[in-house]
Amino acid sequence: MAGKTLYDKLWDAHLVKERDDGSALIYIDRHIIHEVTTPQAFEGLRMAGRKPWRVDSILATPDHNVPTTQKERASGVDGIEDPVSKIQVQTLDDNCDEFGIVEFKINDKRQGIVHVIGPETGACLPGMTIVCGDSHTATNGALGALAHGIGTSEVEHVMATQCLVAKKMKNLLIKVDGELGEGVTSKDVVLAIIGEIGTAGGTGYAMEFGGQVFRDMSMEGRMTVCNMAIEAGARAGMVAVDDTTIEYVKGRTYAPSGDQWEAAVADWKQLVSDDDAVFDKVVEIDGASIKPQVSWGTSPEMVLPVDAAVPNPAEENDPVKKSGIERALEYMGLEAGQKITDISVDRVFIGSCTNSRIEDVRAAAEVAKGRQVADSVIQAMVVPGSGQVKAQAEAEGLDKILLEAGFEWREPGCSMCLAMNADKLGNGEHCASTSNRNFEGRQGYGGRTHLVSPAMAAAAAIAGHFVDVRDL
Amino acid sequence: MKSFTQVKGIAAPMDRANVDTDMIIPKNFLKSIKRTGFGKNLFDELRYLDEGLPDQDCSGRPLNEEFPLNFPRYQGASILLARENFGCGSSREHAPWALDDYGFRAVIAPSYADIFFNNSFKNGLLPIILSAEIVEQLFQEMYATEGYELDIDLEAQTVTTPSGESFGFEVDEFRKHCLLNGLDDIGLTLQEADAIREYEVRRKQQAPWLFGAIQPE
Repeated sequence: MAGKTLYDKLWDAHLVKERDDGSALIYIDRHIIHEVTTPQAFEGLRMAGRKPWRVDSILATPDHNVPTTQKERASGVDGIEDPVSKIQVQTLDDNCDEFGIVEFKINDKRQGIVHVIGPETGACLPGMTIVCGDSHTATNGALGALAHGIGTSEVEHVMATQCLVAKKMKNLLIKVDGELGEGVTSKDVVLAIIGEIGTAGGTGYAMEFGGQVFRDMSMEGRMTVCNMAIEAGARAGMVAVDDTTIEYVKGRTYAPSGDQWEAAVADWKQLVSDDDAVFDKVVEIDGASIKPQVSWGTSPEMVLPVDAAVPNPAEENDPVKKSGIERALEYMGLEAGQKITDISVDRVFIGSCTNSRIEDVRAAAEVAKGRQVADSVIQAMVVPGSGQVKAQAEAEGLDKILLEAGFEWREPGCSMCLAMNADKLGNGEHCASTSNRNFEGRQGYGGRTHLVSPAMAAAAAIAGHFVDVRDL
Repeated sequence: MKSFTQVKGIAAPMDRANVDTDMIIPKNFLKSIKRTGFGKNLFDELRYLDEGLPDQDCSGRPLNEEFPLNFPRYQGASILLARENFGCGSSREHAPWALDDYGFRAVIAPSYADIFFNNSFKNGLLPIILSAEIVEQLFQEMYATEGYELDIDLEAQTVTTPSGESFGFEVDEFRKHCLLNGLDDIGLTLQEADAIREYEVRRKQQAPWLFGAIQPE
């Protein structure tokens, strides 16, 4: 019999019941919730007279709607100027109080983006099944966990039953071997993967990232990669457990300690795909060939190396793809054949669940140090992913470096990744963004997003247009 | 959940690949704490020429006359014809809520993103998969015929065109059962409460750290 993949192992360990029709009940160990996708789920529980099955499996925090300026944050929920956002954040507080759920409230020093606080507090651990009403939950797969986003009906279902009705996905291995070149980061790796397999390339699969490049990568880098599995269509992305994983988890607030720690580590070391495991599909990419990436269009698969030129629709034969390129060029205000490095940048956003961890802030600060944001750039903001990241960055003096260079240093939240709060692009503005989606209107009505790594975003802020960070 | 058995209605086009859920319902409207009322903001940035605000009365907003859903011939449509990878991106269930609230009961496309596909079934919205060739044929027939109606029969798993041509589609047995009968998933799962408790007892012995409680400090 063939060996098991990491996903097979996680699935088998959480199988409560298999039904005759191929669907199954999967036990959920950790449930993270935020203000946008839960009010209707709580309302459903109330209407049916139900309570959470295991209330201490849930951790809540507001992130999508929270303002990131110190002025607006100073008086907590009351200080939120947008009345509709305020109601949503207040509703999360009220629901958590009513049902007895622990919440890191708006100005709690542990508040942050759901996918940042899960791993950093140890609430999310290797070997867990983790869900959240948010498609970027796969971030936690970096721990060697089965983590994926769910809809609001499923949020209610998991709260009420501690289980998810699921069907087993297929196994996909993305193998990136070799060594990354200097200036090439985890973000460039995942953008290159999406460019290669397309935005639906992982649909129906659980995606494991394997190979030397991921073994050499830090936990923060692995989180960036797993975060964007959904942008390649895969609900779940994951990396096998190794010493890097275990070192990262050790000593975190909700991580096990003492004898339980030893037992847990022994168990976690099994969380790797067996040598003879069979994947339904394998994609191999040479790590050394990956260059810094910049997205040019309105789908994450519309991405190219920084030294490339925007594609010409006339060279595309598939009619649906061709019209997609034409529409994207029109929306983005770009010309076919235009060099990526000739695209000017109006705003810069460094943050989001993809790139707001300490390593990301360090990378931005390293580029910014001793330099100045270009006069043509209206705004360059750095939004740390959590209170803990913010405190760490300030302890290292990174905030001062960034402020001196002309960047804004904000309070934690999702911010301009999806612009549900006040941080947004103006109509027609181009943004170098470390977020995960360049969809039309994503960062603001008519806004034009270019996805890049933190170092590339900082470099674009300094130059006023895209530049190859390796040339600085 | 409302049940789905048979739907006969006008088909309308969303003729582009990779339609994301941000496009289906933009984030400004996700601030609502209700499940209803999203229909007027379905495809908001394509449908209107101005920027929409939450809770706004949309009746006076300037319409994009080039967007098919604004064409007189597609008014009252209940079936959306779409292309590859429909519903990609964000997990927001507001996307099927908005489609449903607008009046769509089914979507027909060659493929869907996983989370959207899943969310649709939970809301009585049937996402049907037909091959790219058949979808292309339906698009052409729809464009050529004003008032083009499709007849969807979930029990028989067929989509029938006005000329009587019928195409079969696959649907997961459990989901079909739930949709036909309008069944609440949670109630069904809670029938397995004993199995869930047994699992918890067994698992807690093997891996107690997975049951670490989130407690206030």
